[in-house]
Amino acid sequence: MTNTIAEVKKPILSINDLSIAYDKNYAVKNVSVEIKKNTVTAIMGPSGCGKSTLLRALNRMHELYENISTEGEVLLNDSNIYDMSPIKLRRHMGMVFQRPNPFPTMSIYDNVIAGYKLNGIRTKKKERDEIVERSLRDVALWDEVKDSLYKKGTFLSGGQQQRLCIARALAFSPEVILMDEPTSALDPIATSKVEDLLVKLKENYTIVLVTHNMSQAARISDYSLFMYLGELVEYGKTKNMFTNPIDPRTEEYLTGKFG
Amino acid sequence: MESIQALKNQDHSSGRLLKDKLVLIGVVILSLVTISPIMLIIFKLVMEGYRQISLDFLIQNTPDTFEAMTAVANGEKIPGGIANGIVGTLVMVVLAAVIAIPVGVLTGIYLYENQGKMMANLTRNVSDILQGVPSIVLGLISYLWVVKHVTSGYSALAGSVSLAIMMLPMIVRSTEETLKMIPQTLKEAALALGVPYHKVILRVLVPTGFSGLLTGILLGISRILGETAPLLLTALGSSRINLDISEPTSAIPLLIWEFYNDPNMIDLIWSSSLLLMAIVLILNIVSKQLAGKRN
Repeated sequence: MTNTIAEVKKPILSINDLSIAYDKNYAVKNVSVEIKKNTVTAIMGPSGCGKSTLLRALNRMHELYENISTEGEVLLNDSNIYDMSPIKLRRHMGMVFQRPNPFPTMSIYDNVIAGYKLNGIRTKKKERDEIVERSLRDVALWDEVKDSLYKKGTFLSGGQQQRLCIARALAFSPEVILMDEPTSALDPIATSKVEDLLVKLKENYTIVLVTHNMSQAARISDYSLFMYLGELVEYGKTKNMFTNPIDPRTEEYLTGKFG
Repeated sequence: MESIQALKNQDHSSGRLLKDKLVLIGVVILSLVTISPIMLIIFKLVMEGYRQISLDFLIQNTPDTFEAMTAVANGEKIPGGIANGIVGTLVMVVLAAVIAIPVGVLTGIYLYENQGKMMANLTRNVSDILQGVPSIVLGLISYLWVVKHVTSGYSALAGSVSLAIMMLPMIVRSTEETLKMIPQTLKEAALALGVPYHKVILRVLVPTGFSGLLTGILLGISRILGETAPLLLTALGSSRINLDISEPTSAIPLLIWEFYNDPNMIDLIWSSSLLLMAIVLILNIVSKQLAGKRN
């Protein structure tokens, strides 16, 4: 069902011939992909295949590393992100990291609203309350923390912290949410909560997810990218890729021959 | 096979237990040797100094030699106190902190952000060398810069400048070390929210490492509190409370030096030292607590 809807949708992100090199070693080579709106797209591949670099290139976080060079373009709704200011771009592209990283000096409430506070965006108290409640409800954390909003975010359990970090990314109502192995530091119960959440979130957001966990990709993603040594080997509907991979390397990876 | 059995059957336990005990006794004795000086110092200061400690001691200026001599001759308590020194120390230390903290913290941030780069390495090394410069030399430098050219005379400002230079490397180091301990992911979290770089540093990294920065600053302050040599060449001393930073000013360690040179004021040496020691001790304990909290 979702696949047929997604098919007619316009791509929200078009990656065109993107190459990224650290000191002339290419981590991502000539990748071209269109990521469709309101889908979950999983980036898979063995360690060191460039999946994290590709993800970080989408909100220009990869530029934090030294001696990096980027070729090609990434279009977010038809405008090249490499012509935008990274600061503005990142407000359109939320990011969630491997390990939960709430700001330790801030309360739960302040963590959710951190994007506004740290950027000095003025909002009314009522507006802030609404944003915090909406974001926490979106990640199904509201009922668990509504009585302790002013406690430090670091007091929460690992899974709750990760959902808090997702709420922090949602507070800006970004168009795309980038996730770098968001469940790799979580236990199975917390993982399944986050996975359920992602499926729900794609109604309003587009999610790009790096994962090591193939069954996770199979469970929650609509589209999958398989990368190997910096190249995009295969891209397509997750269902098709898992049942009928085109490239032999994909098949070998999916059947556990390497990776 | 047999030899292994023989080895197994040998009983070394009594010899080993004895060795174990001897080492333990040695460790305990040497630890006691290490902590005994500070215990003896505190004991001596309290025993000799407590008699002079009173409200007057904190709020009155130093007596002149004649008053002290009369009091000593009559077997009375020496009148007056060291308010001029307390206020002078406070003024100079605060001013030194105001100069050194922004420079030190910003330099520390610079070093943290430019790990491995040549300029940063050079800065770090120079800062380490600065820490080794004898304090009397810093006093001389401040005398040349400030006493001769800025305030045209001995002044609290000159004292503060020399103290600030002393404090600087400690703040630089502790800032860098503190920031290095903050996980990189926190910085990324803020950057990923579209927070501009300077705000990431000022509103995320500095608050997160705040207790660490404070520890460095407090240790820096406790280090300069007792400095005497540079102040002799810069602040000179004063017998009254002075709040004008362009005028000669007293300080607790300067007063201790003055009392030492005046046979009538021996008692005041102990009480002033006791006060100084107490302040330094409290600062050290507070900064240890802060550091413990952070870890």
